[in-house]
Amino acid sequence: MLKVDNLNVVFGHGADKNHAVKEVSFLVNRGESFGLVGESGSGKSTVLNCISGLLSNWYGSIEVDGAPLSHKRPISFYHKVQMVFQDPYGSLHPRHTIDATLKEPIAIHKLGDANQRVERVLSEVGLGPQFRFRYPHQLSGGQRQRVAVARALILEPEIVLLDEPTSALDVSIQAEVLNLLQEIRRERSLTYVLVSHDLAVVSHMCDTISVMNQGETVEIINREQLQTGELKESYTRQLLVASRGYDRQAIDQFQDF
Amino acid sequence: MSQQSPQMNGTKAWLLTDTPGSAFQAASGRFYLGLLDFFRNRLAVVGLLIIVTLVITALFAPLIAPYDPVAANLANRLQPLSADHWFGTDELGRDIFSRIVWGSRLTLYVIILVAIIAAPVGILVGTVAGFFGGIIDTVLMRITDIFLAFPKLILALAFVAALGPGIENAIIAIAITSWPPYARISRAETITIRNSDFIRAIRLQGAGPLRIITKHIMPLCLSSLIVRVTLDMAGIILTAAGLGFLGLGAQPPSPEWGAMTSAGRSFILDQWWLITMPGTAIFVVSLAFNLLGDGLREVLDPKSDS
Repeated sequence: MLKVDNLNVVFGHGADKNHAVKEVSFLVNRGESFGLVGESGSGKSTVLNCISGLLSNWYGSIEVDGAPLSHKRPISFYHKVQMVFQDPYGSLHPRHTIDATLKEPIAIHKLGDANQRVERVLSEVGLGPQFRFRYPHQLSGGQRQRVAVARALILEPEIVLLDEPTSALDVSIQAEVLNLLQEIRRERSLTYVLVSHDLAVVSHMCDTISVMNQGETVEIINREQLQTGELKESYTRQLLVASRGYDRQAIDQFQDF
Repeated sequence: MSQQSPQMNGTKAWLLTDTPGSAFQAASGRFYLGLLDFFRNRLAVVGLLIIVTLVITALFAPLIAPYDPVAANLANRLQPLSADHWFGTDELGRDIFSRIVWGSRLTLYVIILVAIIAAPVGILVGTVAGFFGGIIDTVLMRITDIFLAFPKLILALAFVAALGPGIENAIIAIAITSWPPYARISRAETITIRNSDFIRAIRLQGAGPLRIITKHIMPLCLSSLIVRVTLDMAGIILTAAGLGFLGLGAQPPSPEWGAMTSAGRSFILDQWWLITMPGTAIFVVSLAFNLLGDGLREVLDPKSDS
């Protein structure tokens, strides 16, 4: 479904040159949920931005459904791939009602039946009709993220890119949104690419996980490996230890990679 | 739930509901809250009242003015304030009150036309430059800089001198000189908005630059632009009056306030009302626009709500 092969991203020139993503490759099968984990600055969100088309200074190859993507995307691409952003406080237009936000993609793609589509997708993400004409500032963080999910779904994509979809949310809301995403994936048989720094989120959501550090893929593991702790690379092991919470002794033994 | 009842309580509830039933209701509720905010600012309301008075005066000038504003009556020249001539008469015996009432039309005409010409040009240049960046930004902003480099009145003087005196040419000259600050403001706003997630999100839904600029960026630039235009109105009135004063704006006998002050300045010691009355009118209207602009800034400031 989605194939990334030897993807490289370089920002800047000369002394400021920053090779943010180095030779990253992975394959996501149809209906699979794929996770990208790593620390801040590991290049995981950059990979996502290349796939979505927000960044164009990459080289290598990205294929969707066997067709290689160019730097400039045709309008049909957006029917296939959609994205949910990290911060629900910044990803909704402050002067547009929820209704207007959701109708915009329908207008761009000239889909018709705008009212029915909006009603359907709102109920799918668990928001009642009373939310439809509210402005984003009248919603909570979790509700806003549901709207962001609804906006991604309204074009009926096959692949949804999730950029840390819960890290800006309250812990109590995180599980709610993650369960919603799981449910939608099952119902619509979607393919997910999830970026997160949170191993718990990734092991809950993803079948296959790619661990990244400083722009490189450290290893690709599956969920069982993460749960049993059978990991080849010491970096991954360290990340797993770190994700279990603060431990003085463990931190003293950490190395830089 | 969304029934509009004739009682105040019903309407208020309809406006302030947390669960609006239509886009219109949501927008009305938002507008109502803005209005409440605005009316909390006394000075801004005073400014608004003065401007409403100005508009009404301009609309009903023939009914309000007791005399013909241009008909000279030399037997009656330079009369002081009296019950017949509230603001006295000028050097040709024309009633100054009537001239000020008719002059409000010219003032409104100038500021409306300048706003209609300059604001859209400014916002268009600014958002396009800010959104695309690169060479387009450089070219558009250097042109803007050239216009900004000249003092407004001097540049307007040059244009009027080239185009010939007259109120229409004065309007064109003022419009040409007043768009660059609007372009600057819109560009600055656009650059802060351009990389926000909601613009990325709409780009990922396949929106083209035209749609992004007009439907997503411009509405956010509009509030600061409206405030700036309102505050500039005072300056526009003064520039128009200044051109009139220098004899390059409205031509005699039209009752333009600036031209009236200019004509009255040779009588300033003995017949003070000739220059004081139109001067006060200019002052009051400019002040009103400044007060209104300040009030609007408090309501429309994009940072005040998320």
